[in-house]
Amino acid sequence: MARMVSTRRKTINTVLAWGVGLIIFFPILWITVLSFKSEGDAIRTPIEVLTAPWTLESYATVQERSNYLKHFWNSVILSVGSTFLGLLVAVPAAWSMAFVPSKRTKDILMWMLSTKMLPAVGVLYPIYLLFIRMGLLDSRLGLTIVLMLINLPIIVWMLYTYFREIPGEILEAARMDGAGLREEILYVLTPMAVPGIASTVLLNVILAWNEAFWTLNLTAATAAPLTAFIASYSSPEGLFYAKLSAASVMAIAPILILGWFSQKQLVRGLTFGAVK
Amino acid sequence: MKLKYALRAATALALISGAAANAETITIATVNNGDMIRMQGLTDEFTKKTGIDVEWVTLEENVLRQRVTTDITTKGGQFDIMTIGMYEAPIWGKNGWLVPLNDLSAEYDVNDILPAMRDGLSADGTLYAAPFYGESSMLMYRTDLMEKAGLTMPEEPTWEFIREAAAAMDDPENGINGICLRGKAGWGEGGALITVVANSFGARWFDEEWNAQFDTPEWKEALTFYVNLMNDYGPDNYATNGFNENLSLFQQGKCGMWMDATVAASFVTNPKESTVADKVGFAMAPHKDGISKKANWLWAWALGIPAGTQKEEAAKKFVEWATSKEYLELVASKEGWANVPPGTRQSLYDNPEYASIPFAQMTLKSILAADPTNCCEKPVPYTGIQFVAIPEFAGIATEVSQEFSAVYAGQQSIDEALAKAQEITNDAMEAAGYR
Repeated sequence: MARMVSTRRKTINTVLAWGVGLIIFFPILWITVLSFKSEGDAIRTPIEVLTAPWTLESYATVQERSNYLKHFWNSVILSVGSTFLGLLVAVPAAWSMAFVPSKRTKDILMWMLSTKMLPAVGVLYPIYLLFIRMGLLDSRLGLTIVLMLINLPIIVWMLYTYFREIPGEILEAARMDGAGLREEILYVLTPMAVPGIASTVLLNVILAWNEAFWTLNLTAATAAPLTAFIASYSSPEGLFYAKLSAASVMAIAPILILGWFSQKQLVRGLTFGAVK
Repeated sequence: MKLKYALRAATALALISGAAANAETITIATVNNGDMIRMQGLTDEFTKKTGIDVEWVTLEENVLRQRVTTDITTKGGQFDIMTIGMYEAPIWGKNGWLVPLNDLSAEYDVNDILPAMRDGLSADGTLYAAPFYGESSMLMYRTDLMEKAGLTMPEEPTWEFIREAAAAMDDPENGINGICLRGKAGWGEGGALITVVANSFGARWFDEEWNAQFDTPEWKEALTFYVNLMNDYGPDNYATNGFNENLSLFQQGKCGMWMDATVAASFVTNPKESTVADKVGFAMAPHKDGISKKANWLWAWALGIPAGTQKEEAAKKFVEWATSKEYLELVASKEGWANVPPGTRQSLYDNPEYASIPFAQMTLKSILAADPTNCCEKPVPYTGIQFVAIPEFAGIATEVSQEFSAVYAGQQSIDEALAKAQEITNDAMEAAGYR
């Protein structure tokens, strides 16, 4: 049924949406502004900050002091690697839960989610000791596995909800045509769930990119991603707001741009199944 | 398409896990303070001299603490040198977690290191970490505002005089607060400040039997004085101000006085950062009339070598180099004497060029006034001034300072906070087996 929407209402909605959006985006905007100011100007009152001259000096200092590219590639490898590793486990798992549920499926799903309720620091020592034994400390491989494990519940849950929207009859039809389990998942289920999988991938890449507990605690010099890069600019004695802002902008820019371009996909994926 | 990505990721992972560490590289964990960053910039000189490469891991102070504690307690071996404070050095040294530094070379001249620093970084007479820079606390004040108020700052002011001066300089209409002091919760933030204020009122954390002393009149007097002073002449919301917040206020000309780390002197007198660079005077940390202890704390960032590192020799070479007289001269030649890491060596203060810097002598006097083995007017069973060098202290003092910050924010009374502090501390000490 079509609805009549008055222009007035539309205007109000638009203004409201922009207002809320701006409030949420404001901290990022302000960090960006500060990153283009000198250290002395960055601590002044907001109006003085805005009228102060623009400069690239913070970016120059950050470039000079840190190996940005090394941290950047670590972030890319960790976030993409852990997400795809997660998919390898989660797609079959979600398939079985969605299409051949057992009595315990619901419990298993809840149990998986409950692992997210444990504060990460509670298992820091066991994991640290395991990593020492296996020689995985400060390695990208070890961190990829940990990030995959902590995001796995979310990946499984998201895929499970998407898969449930797909009628089982279609899979049955494929089976009737002689498709095996592998073909069924690879050629029938996966293509149909592409929007869902895509948004799962995007969300998990973002989560892994921003993860700042394990990435700080399990790395030193080699595997440290951009979270460690930001942490290295926070100072207890001394005001380095401009440099800290520049480092933050450099760390969030890639994921922000990725989010920008994949906005449509992300929204479609998140609302997938809501409208028939 | 997806398979291709997965393959690529797998290949990348395989390549990475194969990379082995170079035997000639040492890894150093450090904090992001000006002097540390300068040291990073100068490491090429060390590499040129010794052929040893250096990798830096710079982290925020609290993250660093958590990170290196995890590593050292599990013998993870991620770092060959750790930047630690005066609080950790004696505790970790006693536990056998650090390599003793008792065989430093003759030219290093360990006796040149200020005695207070050496004592604070030793356990049972053995040095466990070499100080990279040291600090005490001192009073910084605006000379122009003092003049306008018709007052002269004595070199060793009393708290009574500070209150009088704060009242005279306080000018809310022009956004000037009489005095700025830390109030932020945390044992190293507001906790450190209120502890030294209390020391200068004759209070102490524990008596000789490890009983908490928050129920004594000295603590009540100190806390009451601080709260009244700050409520009357301090900035709004001082309960959330720490070092950086006060630094920012002072640099913008919004504080008449500020007592904090001596290291702040180089920031507030730097015309590039500070709007009041040419109007700052320095005095000793205040004390109550009749009390000999001033509100001086003592802190050092020091370099320690975790026991069990595979590269002990190389690490020792670096520690010696970074805390040597030669390093101080290197910094002076490249960046000027004002940027030399302060507070570690007597020879630096004997240098006439360094002595001509306005805050140099006051920094030295402040450090010398602080005695980590004898913090308080009354005898105590512990070492440390603004902290008690036992492992349980960080947790206890953080909780206690949260109770105090609640007073500063107007959420509870002074008596309530002191009663809670007393209970928190005694319970924790009992559980830890001290009482």
